Amino acid sequence: MVTRYFGASVTRREDPRFLRGLGRYVDDIKLPGLLHATIVRSPHPYARLEAMRVDAARALPGVAGVFMFEDLATWMKPMPEAGAAPLALRERIGLTSRVTPQYPMARDRVRYVGEPVAVVVAQNRATAEDAADLVEVQYEPLSAVVDTEAAAAPDAPRLHPDLDSNVALQFTHAVGDAAAAIQAADVVVRERFRVHRYTGSPVECRGLVVDPHPVDNRLTVWDATQFPHFIQNALVQVLGWPAHRIRVAAPDVGGGFGVKASMYPEEILIPLVALQLGKPVKWIEDRREHFMASIHSREQVHEIEIAATHDGEIVAVHDRLLVDQGAYNPWGIVQPYNTATHMPGLFRIPNLTVEARMVMTNKTPHAPYRGAGRPEAVFVMDRAIDRLARILGLDPADIRRRNFVRPEEMPYNTGQLYRDGQPLIYDSGNYPEALEKALAAIDYDAFRAEQESLRDRGRYRGVGISSYIEGTGVGPYEGATVYVDPSGGVVVATGACSQGQGHETTFAQLAADAIGVPVDQVTVINADTAAIPVGVGTFASRSAVVAGSAVNEAGKRVRAKLARAAGSLMEASPDDIDIEDGQAFVRGAPWSAVSLARVVQSALPTYASPSTVEADFEATVYRQVPTVTYASAVHVALIEVDIDTGMIKLLRYVVAHDCGRVINPMIVDGQICGGVVQGIGGGLFEALVYDEAGQFLSSSLMDYLLPTSVEVPHLELIHLDYPSPRNPLGVKGVGEGGAISSPTAIANAVEDALQPFGVCVRETPLSPERVISLIQQKQSS
Amino acid sequence: MTEPRTQCSIRLRVNGQEFEHTVESRQSLADFLREDLDLTGTHLGCEHGVCGACTILLDGETVRSCLLLAAQCDGVEINTVEGLARGDQLHPLQEAFQAEHGLQCGFCTPGMLMSALAFLRDTPQPTEADVREALAGNLCRCTGYQSIVAAVLRAAREAPESVTTIS
Repeated sequence: MVTRYFGASVTRREDPRFLRGLGRYVDDIKLPGLLHATIVRSPHPYARLEAMRVDAARALPGVAGVFMFEDLATWMKPMPEAGAAPLALRERIGLTSRVTPQYPMARDRVRYVGEPVAVVVAQNRATAEDAADLVEVQYEPLSAVVDTEAAAAPDAPRLHPDLDSNVALQFTHAVGDAAAAIQAADVVVRERFRVHRYTGSPVECRGLVVDPHPVDNRLTVWDATQFPHFIQNALVQVLGWPAHRIRVAAPDVGGGFGVKASMYPEEILIPLVALQLGKPVKWIEDRREHFMASIHSREQVHEIEIAATHDGEIVAVHDRLLVDQGAYNPWGIVQPYNTATHMPGLFRIPNLTVEARMVMTNKTPHAPYRGAGRPEAVFVMDRAIDRLARILGLDPADIRRRNFVRPEEMPYNTGQLYRDGQPLIYDSGNYPEALEKALAAIDYDAFRAEQESLRDRGRYRGVGISSYIEGTGVGPYEGATVYVDPSGGVVVATGACSQGQGHETTFAQLAADAIGVPVDQVTVINADTAAIPVGVGTFASRSAVVAGSAVNEAGKRVRAKLARAAGSLMEASPDDIDIEDGQAFVRGAPWSAVSLARVVQSALPTYASPSTVEADFEATVYRQVPTVTYASAVHVALIEVDIDTGMIKLLRYVVAHDCGRVINPMIVDGQICGGVVQGIGGGLFEALVYDEAGQFLSSSLMDYLLPTSVEVPHLELIHLDYPSPRNPLGVKGVGEGGAISSPTAIANAVEDALQPFGVCVRETPLSPERVISLIQQKQSS
Repeated sequence: MTEPRTQCSIRLRVNGQEFEHTVESRQSLADFLREDLDLTGTHLGCEHGVCGACTILLDGETVRSCLLLAAQCDGVEINTVEGLARGDQLHPLQEAFQAEHGLQCGFCTPGMLMSALAFLRDTPQPTEADVREALAGNLCRCTGYQSIVAAVLRAAREAPESVTTIS
C-alpha cells in the first residue's frame, strides 16, 4: 500500500473558508427567533447570596426571561467532574479528596468574582445587558481566601463549610526513598518556587447557541467546546433524556488550548433557559467575562529539595507542592498529578517524593491549560537543577549531560504510575541527542566563550535550557467512523474536535492513505455527537495518537470491504485488488481500473439484479490505547536583559523535539511555534491578578498582556524522529509541548544573564518590574 | 434641548456595494457589519480595541470596527475580508497565508489580512522587522506569528503589484 500523504505538508482543507471570512464560529450562527442571553455574575470573591430581585429586569421591554436558581431548581445538580483516579493509583498515592460541587448557578454562596447568579434573556444582547443591570442582588460579603498558603491553614475561612479545611485534595507520590537519600547526600539544595496564575486566552471567547425542540424533547447545542460528547453526557444527566436527543456540535472554534475543554455553568444554563422559553438562545462571552469566568491555570507553590553527589549526579528530589485551585475543582487529580509525575522529566531521579495538596481559594476555578501541570513541574525542576549546577560550579548543560536518561536505558521505567494507572515507562526518544542538537544550533560553546566579555561591556546576555517529557495520547479511547458514499467520496467522523489543529486535513490524509483515494476525496466531520455516538474529545495532545489511530484502522477496514466488492465486480480475489487514487484495479492490470463510485454502486441491489456483496462500506473503530506515549523536547533560549529597563529581548530560540512520526510537518511546526509563544507570554507578560481582598484585577487585554509579533523571535525547530511503539502510526502528541518549557528556558536564561548580580529567579512572570527588583535586591543585600 | 437620537440613518459602501440602513445609535460598526449586513468575517475578540480581530479598512485605513459606531460611518467606504477574493480566485495575500500555514483556527485571520493589506500598500518591500511591527496590533494565539510573517513577506515578494488590490 502506498502512503502518499503521511508525512506530507498537505495544504489545509479548512483554510479557504477561514481566509474568506466564511468560517462559521458560534457567534456567526443565526436562527429565526434567536434570543440573546447574558449572565449576571458575582462581583464579590466570597459572599452569601441573601436575596435577588428581578422584577424590574423582567419588566424591561424586550426581555424574554430572567432566571434565578429557584427558577431552574428542578435541574440544578452539581456539575460533572472529570479526572478521577483509577483505584490502583488512588491506593498507591494515598489519595484523599473531597468533593467541591459547583452548581451551574450559585445557590446560597458565591465563591469567585464572576460566578453566575442569574441568566437574563432578551431580544438582543444590549437589551439583555440593560436588564442585567436592573437585577438587584443582595450579597453579604465574607472574608475572602486569597493567599495560596494562608488558604491551607487550618483556621482559614472555609470556602466549603462542610469540609474541615480548604485542602480539598492530597496525595503523596513516591519512588524509592527520597528522605534517606537526602540524608546521605553530599549536597542538598532547597528552594521555593512559585508559578503564577495564567491561562490560554484564545482570541475567540466561549459561546453557545441552543436550539430547543421542547415538544419533541430534543436539543441542538452549538458550542465552542473541545469535547462535545462530554457536554452531551452532562446534559443527559441533567435532563434525563436519551443521548441521541441531545445533539452537541462544535462549529468552527477560534482556539481552545484547554480553556474550552472544561465543563462550564453556561453549558447547562443556556440549554435550560432555551427549553424553558421554547426559543433558540445565544450566549457569547465577552472578553471581560472571559477572564473571570473561563478557567485559570498554573498557580502552584513548591518547596523542593534536590540532592546530589559532589559531581552533580542527582540522587533524590523531595517536593511539596500546593495548587491554588480556586473555588471549585472539576478535574480531580489531573493537574497536581501531572505535575508530580512529570517532575523527573528527562532526568534520572532514582528517589522521588512529591507531597501534593490542592487548596481552594476564592478565585476562578483552575483547570488544565496547554501543558496541564507539566509547565509547573518543569519550572520547579529545571530551576532547581540550574541552582544545583551553580552551587556545584557546573555548567547547566553539563549537569544535564550527567543526568539525562541515556538511549541505552530506554525504554525507561520511572517507577511511577501515569494517571491512567499504567506504569510510567518512557517508550522512545533520545534525550542527550536533543540536548546536543539544541546546544549546537544555538552555538552554546561560542556563546559561553563570549559571555564574559559581553558582560565587561555592560551587555547582559544569558542562555537558558529547559526540557520536558510529555505523556501524550491519553486514553481511554477515541472513535472514528469511516464510510464511502455512492459518489466514491469518503467521510470520516470522529470524536476529536479541532480548534485550529487542522483535523480536517490530517485525518483526511490518514483516511486517504488507508483507503487509497486522493486526499481531496475525503471529508472529515469532527466534533458532532450526531456523527458519532460516543467520544472523548481533543485535549491532552491526544488526537493524532488516539483519533488518528482509529481513523487509520477504520480506513483499512473500509478498504477491505471495497476490495471485496471490487473483487466481486471484476471477478478477482480481493487479495488481488489494489486501490490507488480512488480507483480499484486488479494488480498488474491497470486497465481494469474502476472508480470507487462504481464499486459502491455495483454493490447496490437493483430490480434487475440482486447484489452479490453487501453494500456496506462503513467501519467504526474505537481505539483504546495501552497507555500514553512519550514526546519530549529540549528548549534553549538566548536572551539579553536591559538592566536599566528590566526588558528582556529574546535573541534566539531553539526547540529540539521528538513527537514521533509526523503526519503533516507544516501543522506540527505550527503547533510547536504556537505553544512556545504561549509559554513566552506566560513567562514574561501574562498574569491573572487578584488583590488582597480577592477582587479580580485582570479583566481586559490591557491588563492581561498577550505577546504580539514584536515580542517573539523567529523560532528554530529541530525534529528528532523516534516513532512511538505504542500505536501503529508511530505518532506522538504535539499540541501542548511548545508551552511546557518556554517559560522556564527564559527564566533560566535570565538568571544566567544576571549572574553578576547573583539573581535567583523564583517566580514568574519576569516582567520588567520583577527583573529590576531582582537586580536591586541583590545589589542592596 | 433636543432628545438624543436613539437611531440614525447611514449610507455607506461596503466591499463596493451601497447600503442604506437605520441603526441604533449605540451599535458598533462591527456589530452592524456582522448582524445587519451578515458579513460575519469580521470577528470580535475583545471589544476594547486590543486584539485587532475586528480590523477592517475605512476609507482605506485600518480601523478597529469594535471601537467605532455604525452611526459614525455615514458616507464612508469600507472593505472587509469578504471583499478580498474574486469569485473562486483567492487574493494573493490569502494564497500566501495558505501556503505558509499562516492561520490555524482562523479567528484572527480576517483582521490580520486587512492589516497586512494596508501595510503592504504602504510598504511594498518590507523587512521581517517591518512586518512584525506592522502586525503588532493583531493578536494571534495559535501560530506564534512566524508563519503569518512568512506569509506577508511571501505575498510582498511574489505578487507585489496585485497584492494590494482589492476588488
